Amino acid sequence: MKLTVNGTEHEVDVEDDMPLLWVLRDELGITGPKYGCGIAQCGACTVHVDGISVRSCQLAAADVDGEVTTIEGLGTPQALHAVQAAWIEHQVAQCGYCQSGQIMQAASFLDLNPEPDDAQIDAAMSGNLCRCGSYPRIRAAVKTAASRLQGV
Amino acid sequence: MGRVKTIARRSFLVGSAAIVGGVAFGTYLYKREVENPLEAGLEPGAATFNPYVKIDSEAVTLITPRADVGQGAYSVQAHLIAEELDVDLEAVRIEPGPPSAAYYNGVVAAEGVPIAATSETTLARAGRGGADVVSKIMGLQLTGGSTTVPDMYDRLRSAGAVARETLKAAAAAQTGLDVAELKTDAGAVVLPDGTRIAYIDLAAIAAKTPVVEDVALRDPASWRVLGKPHQRTDIVAKSTGTQDYGIDLRMDGMVHATTRTNPALGGGILGFDASEAETMRGVQAVLPITDGIAVVADNTWRAFQAAQAVVCDWGDAPYIGNTEAQFAEVAASFVKERQDSRFKDEGDVEAALDAADTVFEAEYRIPYLAHAPLEPMSVVALFGEGRLDIWTGTQIPRFMQDGAAELSGLDAENVHIHVLMSGGSFGRRLEDDYVRQAVEIAVQMPGTPVQMVWQREEDMTHDFPRPLAISRARGAVAEGKVAAFDLAIAAPSVAESSLARWGQPAMGPDVAIVAGAWDQPFAVPDYRVTGYRVPAMVPISSWRSVGASGNGFMHESFMDELCHAAGADPMAERLRLCNHDLSRKVLEAVAEMSDWGSDLGTGRGRGLAFTLAFGVPVAEVVEVTDVDGAIRIDKVFVAAEVGRVLDPVNFEAQLSGGVIWGLGHAMNCELTYDGGVAQQDNYHVFEGMRLHQVPVIEVRGLENGPKIKGIGEPGVPPAAPALGNAIFAATGKRIRQLPFSKEVNFL
Repeated sequence: MKLTVNGTEHEVDVEDDMPLLWVLRDELGITGPKYGCGIAQCGACTVHVDGISVRSCQLAAADVDGEVTTIEGLGTPQALHAVQAAWIEHQVAQCGYCQSGQIMQAASFLDLNPEPDDAQIDAAMSGNLCRCGSYPRIRAAVKTAASRLQGV
Repeated sequence: MGRVKTIARRSFLVGSAAIVGGVAFGTYLYKREVENPLEAGLEPGAATFNPYVKIDSEAVTLITPRADVGQGAYSVQAHLIAEELDVDLEAVRIEPGPPSAAYYNGVVAAEGVPIAATSETTLARAGRGGADVVSKIMGLQLTGGSTTVPDMYDRLRSAGAVARETLKAAAAAQTGLDVAELKTDAGAVVLPDGTRIAYIDLAAIAAKTPVVEDVALRDPASWRVLGKPHQRTDIVAKSTGTQDYGIDLRMDGMVHATTRTNPALGGGILGFDASEAETMRGVQAVLPITDGIAVVADNTWRAFQAAQAVVCDWGDAPYIGNTEAQFAEVAASFVKERQDSRFKDEGDVEAALDAADTVFEAEYRIPYLAHAPLEPMSVVALFGEGRLDIWTGTQIPRFMQDGAAELSGLDAENVHIHVLMSGGSFGRRLEDDYVRQAVEIAVQMPGTPVQMVWQREEDMTHDFPRPLAISRARGAVAEGKVAAFDLAIAAPSVAESSLARWGQPAMGPDVAIVAGAWDQPFAVPDYRVTGYRVPAMVPISSWRSVGASGNGFMHESFMDELCHAAGADPMAERLRLCNHDLSRKVLEAVAEMSDWGSDLGTGRGRGLAFTLAFGVPVAEVVEVTDVDGAIRIDKVFVAAEVGRVLDPVNFEAQLSGGVIWGLGHAMNCELTYDGGVAQQDNYHVFEGMRLHQVPVIEVRGLENGPKIKGIGEPGVPPAAPALGNAIFAATGKRIRQLPFSKEVNFL
């Protein structure tokens, strides 16, 4: 089957029910999306399909119906996305393992809701676990990213 | 020499007397220079001055041997060296270094010595110093116990200073100038005329220059790096998906493996049927390993699917396998034969309670808890041509090296450990069980790099959890004051369980059973803390803040109960009882931060708890609101005394992270067992705190003390009791078991 990831089209030979996460990680070598739980409870595997955040551990390869963007396609160390820049500014990461998913979740959310209030941020980000407890800085970084994305 | 080794081993983590006896005996070995592991394989023209700094014609390399499990250890270790060496961290390489005795941990063993952190008697100092000798001899290269900063504070600054002065001596020899005329700045020696000679251009001559050993450390008042906010060295990689963890390594020809072993830990495997699994797509092999099987495939998911298809016949758990029966065993342990310690016994508690009009009694229970770092255990191992390479996140590279050598039949020197960034740990990576499994697979597939990744369910059912415990408390009040406090704690021994897996005996009492309870700085007139050791059940290990993680809850919940029984204000009464100046200042700080005593309004309450653990006094005030019968945590104020804050940004992250760790597990986490198997196998039933539940957290670091301390763990113990005490203040309901979700809902 064909998959477009970060602007590049790939032909992959996998089972229909292989989760997108493992197609990305083990077939295409794209390791930014992480495996944490395998049951859509932690959000570490979050990627975008046509700009909408999805849990790639629960999305079967055959059901991918749009272009996939992973954290590698969102921005790079040389060309950061505004959400990544805010994450760096606020020094969010501790172990960092959940942060690819947190950032992808925040980027999609801010795209859909550019002026969120605190309760909306809490609701949008509560599906992503962080065992280290970086949550207060995630909140702050989402707010900073929101204002940057609006050019404030 | 055999006798030195014997004595050192026997005195490890045990009573102070044995260790004090070891000081004189071990002095020669202690003072002898430990080998510098960087000398092996040093290229011609490259220089190393000590085990922490290496310079060649291409780069300055700083060795940061304490593992980074998310707590920012690589950054702070690099800052300590850079403060004296004068290098820009953007321009140097930072590496964890090889396993080596040079990287011994001189502080962690001292935590196992029953000397209160507040004690500065000669015996106390000698005991702690003795622990350092033992650790150095044993080469205990271990990350844990919030020891990285206290252990490395002088060592790494000295390493930087020695390297700097040796480089200056090399530049003096090259230029004919006097050393006193030379300065250093941003990776270069600067001559009086402003000419800069880069360190890397001095490497060849520095390699032949005698190392300048007699170097004074800079006055903190002149620091340019330490004490200032910094960007973590790993922050860009961790914000762009480019940080490689063990699960992310990719190598040519690498295969993907996963394992299933008996979830009744140590129960063994009686047989298995892999006939279906072997036919599944991508499966290359189903291999026997200790206590279970490994599936090797061309894709991790295919390995997961096939592992589930293997029919395994497990043996029975070699321990009490049901949580009700486990608690019954703990409850039956408050007997003389199982008494492990009584480090605190002031006044005459029995007489005071006999004489009291009313004896207040309470029983508290805490559950087993999993570490569950978000990166499941992951390893890459490659065996062949007389060597074994292992890539993984670990807190114990030397133990791991020894274990892997034994399993593979190689000498330890041919086992190469490549330490990677860990996707969390919280103590989990003090074990090497997952690495042993990867080695067992790799030796059956020589020449092929094997990446082993656990399924989340395998990870959570094969943890070595924080042990359960019960405490029984009795107390009395008089004239509005706490007058008598008797706390008995029964728990299995973490030291006994962990050290047995490391091949070490654990003799004497286990301080962890009473840590965070026996050593609290309160002058209750009649005050006793007794530890009872429950015989080993589920294999257990160190979990962020270890014994204090639960003992803080039990001690501080009962202290709160007694304050209320006495009609005393919990803050004022703790301040009155406090006999340790640094601790009192922490209480005063949190009182001021929280505006303690002000009216919060109806349906709201605030709770205070204080724990001194790892030498760090921490006070926390939690504010909650009762929203139609459900609890919302609004704010947390936390003050901690650490002597000196090296990086305020990371300090705040560690302390607030510790609070969230403590609160989240207290809210809704437990491991229960049936048939010896942990029943909570994924995050839907072991959730912790989610973002919408996170309170505003205000942090303050105090720097009044003479000794520098670490902050990764001390924030954890007061969180649960401060929450419980706040719930009591808001609702009148006293909850004496964790998690609180057994008795109350959280918003």
